[in-house]
Amino acid sequence: MSPLAEQTPVSPPPASAWAAAWLRARSQGWRHVWVVGALCVGIALLLTAIDGSGFGTKLVYSLAIGSICTLIVDGSRLLMAYGADRVRSARGLPLQPERYASGWHGLLPGMLLCVLAGPLLGLWLGDLITGNRSPSLLRLNSANTRITLVLSLLGTVFSVFAISTLERLAAAREQAQQAQRLAAENQLRLLQSQLEPHMLFNTLANLRVLIGLDPPQAQAMLDRLIAFLRATLNASRSSSQPLAAEFTQLADYLALMALRMGPRLQVRLDLPAALASLQVPPLLLQPLVENAIKHGLEPKIEGGRIDVSAQADGLMLQLTVRDSGVGLNQAAAPGSLGAGSGFGLEQVRQRLATLYGSRASLQLQAVVADAEGGAAGVEAIIRMPLP
Amino acid sequence: MNTTDNHHAPRCLIAEDEPLLAAGLRADLAGLWPQLQVVATVGDGLSAAAQTLALKPEICFFDIRMPGCSGLEAAQALAEDWPDGESFPLIVFVTAYDDYALQAFQAQAVDYLVKPVDPTRLVACVKRLRARLADRSGAQGAPLEQTLNDSLAQLRALLGGVAAAPATPMPRLEVIQAQAGSLVHLVPVAEVIYFEAADKYVRVVTADREHLIRLSLRDLLPQLDPAVFWQIHRGTVVQARCISTARREESGKVTLALRGCSDKLTASRLYAHLFKGL
Repeated sequence: MSPLAEQTPVSPPPASAWAAAWLRARSQGWRHVWVVGALCVGIALLLTAIDGSGFGTKLVYSLAIGSICTLIVDGSRLLMAYGADRVRSARGLPLQPERYASGWHGLLPGMLLCVLAGPLLGLWLGDLITGNRSPSLLRLNSANTRITLVLSLLGTVFSVFAISTLERLAAAREQAQQAQRLAAENQLRLLQSQLEPHMLFNTLANLRVLIGLDPPQAQAMLDRLIAFLRATLNASRSSSQPLAAEFTQLADYLALMALRMGPRLQVRLDLPAALASLQVPPLLLQPLVENAIKHGLEPKIEGGRIDVSAQADGLMLQLTVRDSGVGLNQAAAPGSLGAGSGFGLEQVRQRLATLYGSRASLQLQAVVADAEGGAAGVEAIIRMPLP
Repeated sequence: MNTTDNHHAPRCLIAEDEPLLAAGLRADLAGLWPQLQVVATVGDGLSAAAQTLALKPEICFFDIRMPGCSGLEAAQALAEDWPDGESFPLIVFVTAYDDYALQAFQAQAVDYLVKPVDPTRLVACVKRLRARLADRSGAQGAPLEQTLNDSLAQLRALLGGVAAAPATPMPRLEVIQAQAGSLVHLVPVAEVIYFEAADKYVRVVTADREHLIRLSLRDLLPQLDPAVFWQIHRGTVVQARCISTARREESGKVTLALRGCSDKLTASRLYAHLFKGL
């Protein structure tokens, strides 16, 4: 388990509509009670103002009808969620946790039911409490009855509307928080993947030896390491940087790798001067170069070469990382010692999609050995609109 | 006990893919243990196993992450191919930051060094190696067998410990797709009698025929149910219910006869303990 997973505990999403509806009822239930209670007091006050007397009795009836309606609306939603789960699981379909948990879907049937049943049961409950005997609601000719029915209808519609709006707001807030958390987590993971401990400790081990053998070169390499670390930390905080800066950082990283791998690594970086000052998102190429080394060249006994190039192609910028390593088949095989989680490629893809939508792409393809001496390996190509 | 040291200077092999680190370890060892003779420095796992078998040094320093195969896999190959009656080398694993591997080493009390190598840690390691070598030459006969068995037990637990902590749990394979020309054979895993590594391929043997798939055994293994398919050699995995008899050989290896297939398989010393009850 990565330490990251421990730092951002996220409760698992509910697995069924029932679980989701129950969770929502528990977290939002008290709010419903307050909304409905306030509404009932309002209705009782209104009726007293019309009538001129009997606020206490009216409040009792109003609260009785209001609480019955709330029970019916919220209860029917739980029942519907439960029913939906049963039906879907009986048909072998995947459960839809969010479908009946919030919004109109779950509230509508309960609303219809409670316009009829709410006043009936509410009056009965009110009679039980006050000891009065109200005229039956089923006799629609009395003015009182009509007022009760109309007020119940309006009250229900209003409270359901208020509740579902509140719920939508809460859901939107939750979503925004989740997105923020995800963004922070991704940034942290990006940083963590850049400052991979295996790379750092191995580089330090090499520097330690080099200090004894060739102090001036050791100093030069230490400078490279410092520049690389500083650039990585800066890049993870900014949203764009000149392409030249990205290439400088790659040069530092590859110089450190060349120190480690010795003659097993040959490097060529090709950045046309015309493209040097283009602003690009930081750390786009770095994960691709790391992949090429880790999955392409490191596993290959004789090592190989890595070519990084940039070129303008019409209105598009094309960035290519090409290695002459073991190839896609071997490298992509999961489960091997030191196999990556695919995070590098995935996050490059995600960032391109967020910034440019379908106008940008990342393509990974096998390279076949050609007659001009180009070795077989893997090529990663980023295509994005020229800024 | 130093007399044996005198008439036969201890020899070691260094397997490390990063040339500076190999040179650095060599220089550090030369300072700490002048008598120790470095007979070979190799840069990949396959050469590490081959050169150790050829030169039979008393001590090996194996980097874990190397091209070809890992230091652990090289040690496994050594344990399986080591000739009888020769004393098994003392293996020191060298690793940069590898969380789970380190835990496995600590648990198994195997000699290991963490890069960058701390000088005091290397002094302690050399001291321990000298003591172990002195023990070996002090007593004859029985301990030789003993050291091999100890190493086997440690390696077994190490391989188990490291393999038991894969990055992500893998889904089980149900059907194998083996391509032959333009035809793809679909072979249910349950019908496979055994898998055998053959260079970059794996031979998939069923009762009626065999297929070649382009996948390494190392990548295939996590996708098989370890209760159903037993690894009996670094290059062989057999379905347990297809084994009819197991015969223990003098060398400590075990020969297996199969149901539904006339092939004989050999379980290496590392995995012979699977057939203890027989």
